[in-house]
Amino acid sequence: MSEHEYQPKSKFGKWFNDRLPLLTLTNHLTDYPTPKNLNYWWTFGGILTFCLITQIITGLVLAMHYIAHADMAFNSVEHIMRDVNYGWLIRYIHANGASMFFLAVYIHIFRSLFYGSYKSPREIIWILGIIIYVLMMAAAFMGYVLPWGQMSFWGATVITNLFSAIPLVGEGIVTWLWGGYSVDNPTLTRFFTLHYLIPFLILGLVVLHIWALHIPGNNNPIGIDIKKPSKDTVSFHPYIVIKDLFALLLFTILFAAFVFYSPNVLGHADNYIEANPMVTPAHIVPEWYLLPFYAILRSVPDKLMGVIAMLSAIFILVALPWLDTSKVRSAVFRPLYKQFYWILVADVLILGYVGAMPAEGLYLLIARIGTAYYFAHFLIILPILGKIEKTTPLPLSITEPIFGGSLNAEPVRNRENSQKL
Amino acid sequence: MLKFFRYFFLIFFLILSNAVNTAEKSEKLLKTNWTFKGPFGKFDRASLQRGYQVYQEVCASCHSLKYMSYRNLSEEGGPEFSVQEAKAIAANFEIPDGPNSDGEMFTRPGRLSDKFAMPYANEQEAKSANGGAYPPDMSVLVKARKGGVDYIYSVLLGYEEPPQDIKLDDGVYYNKYMYGNKIKMPAPLSDGLVEYADGTSATEQQMAKDVVNFLMWTAEPHLEQRHKIGFRAIVYLIILSILVYFSMKKIWSRIETEV
Repeated sequence: MSEHEYQPKSKFGKWFNDRLPLLTLTNHLTDYPTPKNLNYWWTFGGILTFCLITQIITGLVLAMHYIAHADMAFNSVEHIMRDVNYGWLIRYIHANGASMFFLAVYIHIFRSLFYGSYKSPREIIWILGIIIYVLMMAAAFMGYVLPWGQMSFWGATVITNLFSAIPLVGEGIVTWLWGGYSVDNPTLTRFFTLHYLIPFLILGLVVLHIWALHIPGNNNPIGIDIKKPSKDTVSFHPYIVIKDLFALLLFTILFAAFVFYSPNVLGHADNYIEANPMVTPAHIVPEWYLLPFYAILRSVPDKLMGVIAMLSAIFILVALPWLDTSKVRSAVFRPLYKQFYWILVADVLILGYVGAMPAEGLYLLIARIGTAYYFAHFLIILPILGKIEKTTPLPLSITEPIFGGSLNAEPVRNRENSQKL
Repeated sequence: MLKFFRYFFLIFFLILSNAVNTAEKSEKLLKTNWTFKGPFGKFDRASLQRGYQVYQEVCASCHSLKYMSYRNLSEEGGPEFSVQEAKAIAANFEIPDGPNSDGEMFTRPGRLSDKFAMPYANEQEAKSANGGAYPPDMSVLVKARKGGVDYIYSVLLGYEEPPQDIKLDDGVYYNKYMYGNKIKMPAPLSDGLVEYADGTSATEQQMAKDVVNFLMWTAEPHLEQRHKIGFRAIVYLIILSILVYFSMKKIWSRIETEV
């Protein structure tokens, strides 16, 4: 790679770089060889970084005006909305930003599932991503509690109560989490502290996520290994930077449409009613991005088993690189997997839909079938599919549309070249 | 496999249509033309001023607007009373203040910086005066109800005689749009209840529309600014993305790959 030979031109630059190789790092980032066939589904990494930074900056400003106290939190949010200069804008960006963040992360995850980006040698990138995703859910859940509306309060009550399903110590843990015998001021202040902390943990993990990505380099829509740098790659700057920027701008247009024209459509009306421990809302529902897991939780009749099912649904993803036994990464060359992939997408959407509906009758039945299918996809279909599926031939490289390559196309091509010689 | 896929979607749409059916069973909300809807929506000033009058003369005896200040009445994007008018409005109210240098609480005429006067000293007093029901604060009411402005508008106009099979207790009224159809607030509006200074005929519909307009403003006092900035921001983003698109095409034309 070129960064090994990199030397700053100026004398000061060289002096500085010898002591702290920041310029080498910058050079690595700009020159970073990237497959040139990346499609727009690959732009969501950059979009997610933008989302994280946006949430951190708007969050900092909100924290300057917000008061984390059960008697004052709701009032302070209304103060932000009315009297703080552009407070309404900052809060609506932050609130809708959470939804945009999850929209982007779901696209990012499903892109990875389609093109097999989680497979060797990228397992660590994938696992770091899952940890980031779990932390995002924690941050989003705690953030939703802070305005101290009815849904905040009752959402916090329902979710923290899940821990009471743990045998023997459950009740004790819940009391410990609450800092009392119900969701109250101590709960609010600790949620605020953690909500402030988690984004910085995510930021650190994002650095690791990108670092781990830069070791093997990007996967690509064909899913074969490529030589780097070569005519299959382009430098990150300016090619990928400008493309990411273009995609990001399109994304911000959607973002702006929500912020300016329907800022409350993704929220729940009940959260504009101040928290009241004496009145339970008719339907307690989490934010849309948690609904599939909520459906899985409620589809199991036993509380403890429901919690286990919900957590398994998330953490099963950690084992995915080993559950998927196929050596071929991209679904483009896996005719059967491609179909199961879309069924999984439909399954998750259906679970999200029934998660928003009351857990009874037909909805409950569908939630159960959906949950069973979700686990079957990862535990039964993927391991078997890798063994029995007949994949279509892989090309040798991105630029040469010659089929007959293997996953490690590079050695094959080198062998052919040497034979020619 | 494709067949299996199709069945999945078939079931999905069956549920969807089922959901739509159940939604149709509850009353369809009344609709009216709201001037603040849409990307260029603005409040109707005259309607906001009339709405304030309806709030003050009809609703304010039970419902508070605790997040509103009198100064808001003269601010841009609202009813836009003149500062003098807003001051005169504020001065009509006795605001509790204190303690003074003798340690006594006292009341004084309202100022622009004061929050709207509260109808009751506390929640308990409000409940005891209203048969146990607490009249909710109306500052963000339209955002706190599913259906928003249309819902509040419909409830205001939805009072009617209960069907034969429904028996109501004393102090409970039948409302066809209210959740559960039972409401402890008696029908608040009737034709000619207020007298509009601008000569608009004070029909029930007109008053309901005006006061809901006013409540939309109290819930979203910066709505006009939001629409204005939003339009500029989106136009800016569209122009910028077009420019970036062509820059991208130019840069990628150096290599033979479609972008």
